[in-house]
Parts: sequence; structure tokens; C-alpha cells
Amino acid sequence: MIPKIWDWLTDPANWSGADGIATRVQEHLTYSLIVLGIASLIALPLGLWIGHTGRGRPLVSAANAARAVPTLGLLFALALWLGPRLSGDLAFTAPSIIVLVLLALPPLLAGAYAGVEAVDPATRDAARGMGLSDGQVLRQVELPIALPLLLSGVRAATLQVIATATIAAYVGLGGLGRFLIDGLAIGDYAATAGGALLVAVLALLVDLLLAGVVRLLVSPGLTGKQSRRRRVELSAAGLSPIADAT
Amino acid sequence: MTWISGHLGDIWRLTVQHAVLAAIPLVLGLIVSIPLGWAAARSRRLVPVALAGTGLLYTIPSLALFILMPLILGTKILDPVNVIVAMTIYTVALLVRTVVDGLGSVPSHVDAAARAMGLGAFRRLVTVQLPLAVPVIAAGLRVAAVSNVSIVSVASLIGVSQLGDLLVDGYNRDIPGELWAGIVGCLVLALLFDLLIQGLARLLTPWLRADSRSSARRLALADAPRDVGVAA
Repeated sequence: MIPKIWDWLTDPANWSGADGIATRVQEHLTYSLIVLGIASLIALPLGLWIGHTGRGRPLVSAANAARAVPTLGLLFALALWLGPRLSGDLAFTAPSIIVLVLLALPPLLAGAYAGVEAVDPATRDAARGMGLSDGQVLRQVELPIALPLLLSGVRAATLQVIATATIAAYVGLGGLGRFLIDGLAIGDYAATAGGALLVAVLALLVDLLLAGVVRLLVSPGLTGKQSRRRRVELSAAGLSPIADAT
Repeated sequence: MTWISGHLGDIWRLTVQHAVLAAIPLVLGLIVSIPLGWAAARSRRLVPVALAGTGLLYTIPSLALFILMPLILGTKILDPVNVIVAMTIYTVALLVRTVVDGLGSVPSHVDAAARAMGLGAFRRLVTVQLPLAVPVIAAGLRVAAVSNVSIVSVASLIGVSQLGDLLVDGYNRDIPGELWAGIVGCLVLALLFDLLIQGLARLLTPWLRADSRSSARRLALADAPRDVGVAA
């Protein structure tokens, strides 16, 4: 079986064209980016606001509880209800996009909220004491400290979206899921397994990429990983690095 | 509604199959995660490696993992074992972190006391650390259970029967009643798993209940000018 899958993956004919692997990867990534963009615009400011003000916490719990709804059921219910009301390509893509956005909301919301919530109240007080306005406290203090948890929410949401976009091929969405769903429908295991491998690799690569982004964005003051030069400068100035003091 | 009343037998059969496909991996996953998490928690260097390793497994989308299982296990695509092993992998990915956190939540002076009483590593784990880690592990198990119940329904796409069949068939044949029966069935099952794990955790930690029952007494004691902090 493995040689057959290898043949399928390495056959140049499978890579090009409107239903080739290259197009499908591009579709998969485009849908995921659009969905994460929309979901982030909704959930991240909302999560930060809930964490900052402490208001609307039940919303986070409600979003978490909603995760018990089976994704497959949500997808089919919306496709069945919305599909006939739309025309053309939109009838296939819109229900999937909406479901994917809905699924990305809880992890994004929880990450942003938990990040701000976890900020040490003393740090917040110190920032206020230094004369920072409410907005400045959020942007300059809470957001950078919340970033690791916020970004872990983004990673979780991304994986969820990539995985569910695969399943959404069943209701007509493009992307790599087409190989899995169409392969299963016609009993072509080489294409099915080849597509499954590609999806797994794509998810893995995207997650590694995001892990790299997290390392770049998170302030060295939080991770304790200061550059060598900075450490030397600090000790030369008679100051021990913050990471060592704690 | 008429669809549901005419198919109660099918719904029950699929619900039982769904429960089995979600529950077995939960138990297997816990059995695998405890030694893994224990080994990881004992060495600081292993913790990030274990978490990263299991985290990678969790990134593989469910449908892809179901489809790839026959390649690894040598099973047939329709074999429910594929789903059980795949779900066990997800459960382990979620629970190893939980076990590490749970064992880490055991106060170090309690562990030191057990050590001073002459308990070996294994007996400390079974009689001291694991019981105290039950609340944290149960919380992780609840997350895994809810996630398992949802993911198992995807197995209908590879032809393994459970409540997901109602979703697929309801969608394919445009029967909203069937689709809703599947969704509600999954939700009820998730709720039952959640309640069951909470109940088991309660049974396993009688001292926590004793604490809450005597909280009035403890408050009264706290008012008294004596140092009761050690007992708390």
C-alpha cells in the first residue's frame, strides 16, 4: 500500500491543475487564513476586554461549553439550512466558513481572556501608579504579558480550523480535504491516504511556524531568555537581570 | 420528531457504540498517560520533550489520523480499532500535560513527609501523589471526554458506525430530525461523561468533601487565636 501512496504523492500529474495538490494546499491555507482573520478580529479584542474589565466572564464559559457540540453536526446543520438560501459557489463555501469561524472563537477568546486575567495585579497597579491611562495599561502592560497565552489560543484555533476545513470538504469546500473525502467516496485509498499525509504535514508545519512566531513575539522579559550582550551590559552596570532576581 | 420516534432502536444502538468508542480510549489514554506523565514530572529535562512530543500528535487532524491508522496498524479501513487507537493518541496528548500538572500540584512537604515515612517511589505515586492529583487529572479527563465525544462522530466519514451516522445520513438525505437527533445525542453523551467523571472524582477524594462540610467549623477555628494554618 505504501508504494502506491508514494506513487500518488510523487506523480507530477497529481500536483498541477485546478484540482491538483498545489491548488488544494493554497485553498486550504487561504480558507484557514480568512477564517482566523475574521475570528481573531471578533474574539481577541473581546477576550482582552473581558480580561481587562472583568466583565462578561460568563461569555468565556459559554463559549467553552459550546465546544461540546460535535463539529460535524454543526457543519451539516448549517450547510443544510444555509445552503439552499445561497446561490453559486457561496452555497458551498459560506456555511463552512461560518462554522470554521464559530469553532475558532472559543480558543481565541479563552486565550486572550486568560492571558490578561493572569497578569499580576501588582504589575497592573504599578503601571497605573506610573500614570499610565487605562488604554495604555492594556496596550503596554497587559497585552505583552498576555501574549504567550493569547498566542497559544491562536495555535489551538489554527489547528482546529485546519482540521475542520478538511472535514468541510464533505459539504463542498475545496482544500486538501477533497482528496480525503473524494478518495473515500470512490474507494481510492492511495489518494485518500496521500491527502491525509499532506494534511498532517501541513498542520504540523503551520504549528511549527506559529511556535517560531511565539518565540519571536514574546518579550524576553517574560521568558527569561535575554541575549548575552544584554546580560553583559546589565552586569557591567551593576544590575542583575530581572530573570535572575526572581 | 416523527423520524426520531420511528428510529429509537437505531438511535440507542448508535449511542452505545458512540459511548464505547469514546470511553475505551479515555481509559486506555489515562493508563498510558500516568506512567508517561510520572516519568516526565520526575526529570525536568523530560517535561518539555514529553509535552512537545504529545503536542505534535495532537496537531494531526482527526480525519487524517483515522485514515492513516490502517497503514500503521495493518488493519482494514472499516475496523473500529483504527478509531480507538487514534482517539487514544489524542487522549494521551491531552492527558500527559494534565498528569504532569497534577503531580506537580502535590505540595512538596507532603511528598517529603511520605518519603520520610519510608515510602518508595512507586508507593508514593499510588498512595500519595495520584490521590492528591485526582482533582487536576479529573479536570483534564473531562476536557478529553468532551473532545472525544465530538471527534468520534467524524469516524462516520470512514464508515465506522456511531452517532455520527445520524449526522451524515441526516445531511445526505436532508432529514433535519435525524441530524438534530445526532447532535443532541452527542451533547447528552458528552454531558453524561462529564457528570460521570465528576462523580468518580468526588468518590475518590472524600477529604475534599469533608473539608467543605466542616468549612463552618474551620471558619470558627480560624477566629480562635490559635495557629491552625498547619492543619489546613
